[in-house]
Amino acid sequence: MNIPVNQGILLAAILFCIGLVGLLVRRDIIFMLMSVEVMLNAAGLAFIVAGSAWGQADGQVMFIFILAMAAAEVSVGLALIIQMFMKFKSVDTNMASTMNEQKKISNT
Amino acid sequence: MTILFYIASFFAIIATIKMIIGTNAIHALLYLITSLLSVSVVFFILGAPFVAALEVIIYAGAIMVLFVFVIMMLNLGKEGVKEEHELFNKKVLIGPSIISLALLFEMIYILMHQSMLPVTFNEIPPDAVGKLLFTKYILVIELAAFLLISGIIGAYHLGEKGKVVHHRFLQKENL
Repeated sequence: MNIPVNQGILLAAILFCIGLVGLLVRRDIIFMLMSVEVMLNAAGLAFIVAGSAWGQADGQVMFIFILAMAAAEVSVGLALIIQMFMKFKSVDTNMASTMNEQKKISNT
Repeated sequence: MTILFYIASFFAIIATIKMIIGTNAIHALLYLITSLLSVSVVFFILGAPFVAALEVIIYAGAIMVLFVFVIMMLNLGKEGVKEEHELFNKKVLIGPSIISLALLFEMIYILMHQSMLPVTFNEIPPDAVGKLLFTKYILVIELAAFLLISGIIGAYHLGEKGKVVHHRFLQKENL
């Protein structure tokens, strides 16, 4: 099991970049939330690689905290998606770009 | 064992790319689950079996099932795919991809031109993680508990539907 640390970090960087591109190019809020999950997972992977390279368990502890944060974030995010879908009948984030323009929303 | 790492990484990257360019939400979600399972294999090879199990149980098992339930509730169907085709303009993909790729190549350059020794990954058993978790990081555990309970309250508050008031004096509250 001789894997250079570089390559583990590189995998984390590649996954993070893919998640970032997904977050930037998609306008569907479900896909944006999934891209955020990919980015969080990549950050956790970097923690695990570093922790294993040093032979310490701290990296795994940090991954558990990232997991807890991801769970809380997803529950609130999905509740927001449901609210948004009930209001606008769409998953397009551009529909929710105005704060208090009732007229405009009811027309579209 | 080394070749397993490369195979799992390759599939993780492919599945993630397929996820961000997909148009059907459920298919994209299945690709994301495959990507998470591949990353879990990587964790196992790196010598973190406890975290590999947690990744499968919590990420792929619980969080992704939440996504599946919400997509089922929204009931997007074929119209959703059609709407997605209108929303997702492939031309938009070019700009952010080029800039992210440039940053990624910088990262690759830095990582490849640094002499890091090939480290032998020793397996870190779950009991070491548990001991560290409940001694050194006990305060952070409490903070994570706060975060989770605020997440529960927030999700409950945001997820409830507007209540309909039938009393004639309180009818204005329906607005």
